[in-house]
Amino acid sequence: MKTPVWIGAATAACLVMGLAAAPAAADELRIGFLAPMTGPFAQVGKDMVNGFEMYLDSVKNNFGGATVKFIVEDEQAKPPVSVLKAEKLIRQDQVHMFVGGVLASTGYALAPVSTREKTVYIPSIPAADDLTQRDSGKYPYLIRTGWSSSQPVHPFGQWACEQGYKRIAVIAADYAFGYETVGGFQKSFEGCGGKIIQKIWPPLGTIDFGPFIPTIKQDADAIFTLMVGPMSLQFPKQLAASGNTKPVIGGGTSYDEFSLPFMGDEVIGHVSALQYSAALDTPKNAEFVKAYRAKYGKVPSYFSESNYTTAQLIDEVMKKTGGKWPGPEQFVATMAALKIDAVRGPVSFDEFRNPVQNIYVKKVEKKKMFAYDKDELWNTVIKTYPAVGQFWTYGKDEFLKQPVYSRDFPPCKNCE
Amino acid sequence: MAFLSTRRKLLTVLAILVIVVVVTPHTGPFLTLLITRALVFAILAMSLDILLGFTGLASLGQAAYLGVGAYLTAILATRYQFGLGWSFWAVIVLGALIGAASAALFGLIAIRATGVYFLMITLALGQCVWGLAYRWNSLTGGDNGLNLPGRPTFGVAMASDLNWFYLVFGFFAASLGILYLLVLSPFGRSLEGIREQEVRMRILGYNTWLHKYIAFVIAGAFGGLAGVLWATTNGHVSPEDVVLTTSVDALLMVVLGGSGTLVGGAIGAAAVLLLREYLSTLVPWWQYALGGVYVLTILYLPGGLMSIPARMHQWRAREPRTGTLAAVPP
Repeated sequence: MKTPVWIGAATAACLVMGLAAAPAAADELRIGFLAPMTGPFAQVGKDMVNGFEMYLDSVKNNFGGATVKFIVEDEQAKPPVSVLKAEKLIRQDQVHMFVGGVLASTGYALAPVSTREKTVYIPSIPAADDLTQRDSGKYPYLIRTGWSSSQPVHPFGQWACEQGYKRIAVIAADYAFGYETVGGFQKSFEGCGGKIIQKIWPPLGTIDFGPFIPTIKQDADAIFTLMVGPMSLQFPKQLAASGNTKPVIGGGTSYDEFSLPFMGDEVIGHVSALQYSAALDTPKNAEFVKAYRAKYGKVPSYFSESNYTTAQLIDEVMKKTGGKWPGPEQFVATMAALKIDAVRGPVSFDEFRNPVQNIYVKKVEKKKMFAYDKDELWNTVIKTYPAVGQFWTYGKDEFLKQPVYSRDFPPCKNCE
Repeated sequence: MAFLSTRRKLLTVLAILVIVVVVTPHTGPFLTLLITRALVFAILAMSLDILLGFTGLASLGQAAYLGVGAYLTAILATRYQFGLGWSFWAVIVLGALIGAASAALFGLIAIRATGVYFLMITLALGQCVWGLAYRWNSLTGGDNGLNLPGRPTFGVAMASDLNWFYLVFGFFAASLGILYLLVLSPFGRSLEGIREQEVRMRILGYNTWLHKYIAFVIAGAFGGLAGVLWATTNGHVSPEDVVLTTSVDALLMVVLGGSGTLVGGAIGAAAVLLLREYLSTLVPWWQYALGGVYVLTILYLPGGLMSIPARMHQWRAREPRTGTLAAVPP
């Protein structure tokens, strides 16, 4: 008997397609994770993955009965690459959700993918304000577990007023995240009577601040900085070398624990604000820092904590559903209703699916902490603003009427 | 492939095209997307091959035309909701035109130079376009880039990856055909003449500047076309698409595939994109693999991947002579 070739071929094709389309085991939760594994942001990506995996290990890959399949893709800190990798996670791995991205621009690029593919997206790091503000209606499957750029600097502006600073010069990285951080700080600082007298925008990735530092106005009471990546290492060093005696304050990424161990003593006394500090003196954080150090040999940064907490939040949702995937709408709704006690403190969500959380004002100090035998630089918490939302005290309606913070908004009306 | 007749070469290329169309729908949704992206890049690489392979002008700014085409598509779609229906065909034409127009402008500056100076001027001009994309926030969205509302729908929905693949494939095949006719034409032959001996061509009475300028503009037009397709494929445009690396990629694709062969650019594009974008989902050491391929190609295949069949032919032809039972008399 001769079987026609085409029947054989068709059978094989059906088998192949059947395999590809076969639904995975009922209780498998597939989580795609986008983090830079190569390029200048590779170490940040490592911190992110470590944080998430640490939680996964602590629950033995079991989220409320579902076995977690954790798939990491290298997004190279480039928006177009992250879009491609998200498409891969959705199409090939059929993930239930994708988590991560680093840059704010990556967040803006990934959010439409989640809407288009009806897949949950959790920006655990990208802080672009509008993801959960003016554009939040466009992204129903997005829920943020990190922070929005201007969230920590709103209370920080208030704090700066309380220190008696009247005139502040700003030097910040020239891109969207820098604009949103500076904008938030300016709005609240000028709201309580301060003046931003100068804004200097070195390009993203600047390492030589020689052309910028001498232009800082000498009659400013303090300097506000917003640096990221390698910039945050170089700027304080060069500022100190120029003989600066003014107080230096800044956005959280200028001094987060990712770069802090590599900084010199010149940053002691610098103050910044963020939703997490590794030096947070709570039993939960002490346990987290010790366990993280034992496992990965370093102090966790907010990149680690944010993704650890993201894993915890996903776990809480899956516990509520008994390990069954509830569908993207229900998943987002369930997570948005959660109130958890995270490493960083209590976390809940506002109606725009952005976390409401403590903001810590932190001062760099050199000391021993958490039973480690050497002196290290730590971000000691000097003031806590509890349960801060992304609209601070402005009220969402009034706040959303203004445009998103940019290079030109708020206008620098006190600039000299 | 000098050992193959023109007819056999054409038949081989046609056969490969047919295989791509038949096989792609069965490769799964992600690979289909990758192949579509490779086809778009193949158009860009072929446009560069007109300059590099046929005219002897190594340009490091080809991403600029991809960029203007892509940004034009994104700006028309997000601001004016233009190009989401049948008007998409107008965007295709506009994209090619804006690519040609930018090339016409840049060409005035660049064509005067040759060799490494031409390389550097095109590099600088390409960076100008990147700078515009990065800094002209109100128009381009700056660092954040622009998100397109979706692929167009005309008769059939291009949101379906498979439909979109067929359309992009159509554009690729058409571009290949047009560029092939171009290099066969007297104009194309005179470009090759300029590549080999510009002075002699000038003495023969050819206006070599004009020839190079026209080739530059044509390459720009196809770059712009690739840009429109690139933006629509990804649904997102970012300064990262226009960055120097994209120009370098295009150049490497042509060299890897084999410059001066047209098809080589397409093969190079497929090899680079599949290696980089598929391998990087499988293993963390994908960069070494890509680097290895580049180094080996340059060391052992100066003619690019396209020279493999000829080399094999040569090697096989030489085989009997080296054997002990050589029947060929000296």
